[in-house]
Amino acid sequence: MVRPRRRVSKRPDSRPGGIGPTPFSYAWLVLLALFAGLPLLILLSNSLKSALELGLNPLGLPTEFDWNNYVTAWNQGNLAQGLLNSLILVVGTIVGTWICAGAASYALARLDLPFKRGFGNYFFVVISLPVQLFLVPLFFLWSKLGLIDTLPGLIIIFVALQTPFATLLLRTFLVGIPKELDEAAKIDGANEWQIATKVILPLAQPGFLTVGLVTGLGAYNELLFAVTFISTPSKLPIATAFLQFSQGNTQLYGLVNAAGVIMIVPVVILFLFMQRRFISGLATGGLKG
Amino acid sequence: MSTATSTTSPPTPPAAPPQVPAGLEATVGRSRPRGGTVRRRRRLVAMLFLLPALALNLLVIGGPGVSSIYYAFTDWNGFTTPKFTGFANAIHLANDADFWNAIGHNFIYMIIFLTVPMIMGLAGAFMLSRIRRGAVFFRVVFFIPYLIASVVNAQIWKNLLDPASGLAAQLDKIGVHFLDNVYFFGDSNLSLYSVAFVDNWHFWGFLVVLFLAAMQGVDASRFEAARIDGANAWQEFWHITLPGIRPTLTFAIMIISLWSLLAFDYSYVLTGGGPAGSSDLVSLLVNRTAFGSLEAGYAAFIALAMSLLGGIFLIIFSIIRRNEDETN
Repeated sequence: MVRPRRRVSKRPDSRPGGIGPTPFSYAWLVLLALFAGLPLLILLSNSLKSALELGLNPLGLPTEFDWNNYVTAWNQGNLAQGLLNSLILVVGTIVGTWICAGAASYALARLDLPFKRGFGNYFFVVISLPVQLFLVPLFFLWSKLGLIDTLPGLIIIFVALQTPFATLLLRTFLVGIPKELDEAAKIDGANEWQIATKVILPLAQPGFLTVGLVTGLGAYNELLFAVTFISTPSKLPIATAFLQFSQGNTQLYGLVNAAGVIMIVPVVILFLFMQRRFISGLATGGLKG
Repeated sequence: MSTATSTTSPPTPPAAPPQVPAGLEATVGRSRPRGGTVRRRRRLVAMLFLLPALALNLLVIGGPGVSSIYYAFTDWNGFTTPKFTGFANAIHLANDADFWNAIGHNFIYMIIFLTVPMIMGLAGAFMLSRIRRGAVFFRVVFFIPYLIASVVNAQIWKNLLDPASGLAAQLDKIGVHFLDNVYFFGDSNLSLYSVAFVDNWHFWGFLVVLFLAAMQGVDASRFEAARIDGANAWQEFWHITLPGIRPTLTFAIMIISLWSLLAFDYSYVLTGGGPAGSSDLVSLLVNRTAFGSLEAGYAAFIALAMSLLGGIFLIIFSIIRRNEDETN
């Protein structure tokens, strides 16, 4: 017995559960959205309250917008320096990962690499290694090499951590590009380097963009290595600069919230513009934590 | 999840036998030795492409990872020459109350994360898969906390759960006082669960997205067939959706189990493991032991033990996955 459809559509309705009970779904989805979204809105609205108003009105909307928290947080929180340091970290990590993972995935996907399967498996195993296994010797190795407490030292770590996942992701992109393109370019007299950079790289751009977003976000938000390897205040990336600021102003929620908003605005804006790519990239990159 | 699974089974066909370019062979005439050098050159080029990634990997992960196994059996403090101490660190670990306290918390964390966000993620994804209007909006809202840095997420909930200025203060205004003296992060009975709550608030949206992608891959005709048989939404979820996304479920259980052994951020920022070790986790203990009290050898041993535990999990899951592949 086929139940009559309430809505006429050209395609058969393939959604699970049909369209009958969707009001129920919407009610739950709205509840979940409030759970996820309200705390963020409160972060924003509390950042616009003076300390006095925050005491009188802890969670409600601000009666008047007080931007002083932003001015004070910016001036006292070392945030400009933190953002600049994070920008260096993010750009360095993205470019480094592009180079290392791009070249490695190219070798794995398209070149006559010996022990191809072995190298592929090596990268896969490395992704699932716990950070703790190498953290302690790495710290003392870095202090011996003079890389501790430097941004380049942190960039090298981030690139090394992101490259295995990025290599495997880019490999799936590169494998899909037909081999005939290489042959054609070779007949036209191109060498391996020219084939890689002029023919294949432009075709793999979506993969590189995804890798860039995932690794950039990782470098921006990272805490464990940032907090372990960087101690000089002027070198702190934004995450640990923010952490220090929040620890120095524990009860001043308006002020610290303003610093928090400053830190997350670039990420949220970028996400709203490219949410599809972000989501698919992070869902595939899930394995790396 | 499709991409991660596809990386396990090598998608590349086995390397084709090296072909001597036809033109070269004709002009040079003696194809074998010439072909050999061409092939050697091509392999060398391929190795050069792999070199940066490999070298960096060995420097940061491979080398320190292997040396960790050695340091784990020494009294190394990070600077002096390590002295081999055999199983002294193992005995220390077995009797270390701090370690058992922390690893117990890691397991509680794991149990919480294998239930609460899994249920929320499955429910959210299933309901999202049933609607069209607004699906993108909900997906974006659920996912935003996952993108935000742990330090800021922690700040949000410090504010909200502060007994003097968050939810409790707001409830006070309307005469509700049951939260007045509840210190979510300062009470040793609550701290671990409060930390896990905030971590979950940030994490469950990721599972929605992961499960939703898997659910959209389930064969639509199976839902239609079920509907013809008069199945309700719950029956469809239980008998079609869940079995349909089984590989993704296994994957989610695997990453959650592994992450639970590594959890660091939220406990570090919200409570620092306290009060009195009540929300301590192994990763925090490793950091304190290695860089605080400079017992680097012992810290390496703790880390090695945790890595072995993670390795055992991975082996179990790869067996489960293999069985799944065979049954499908």
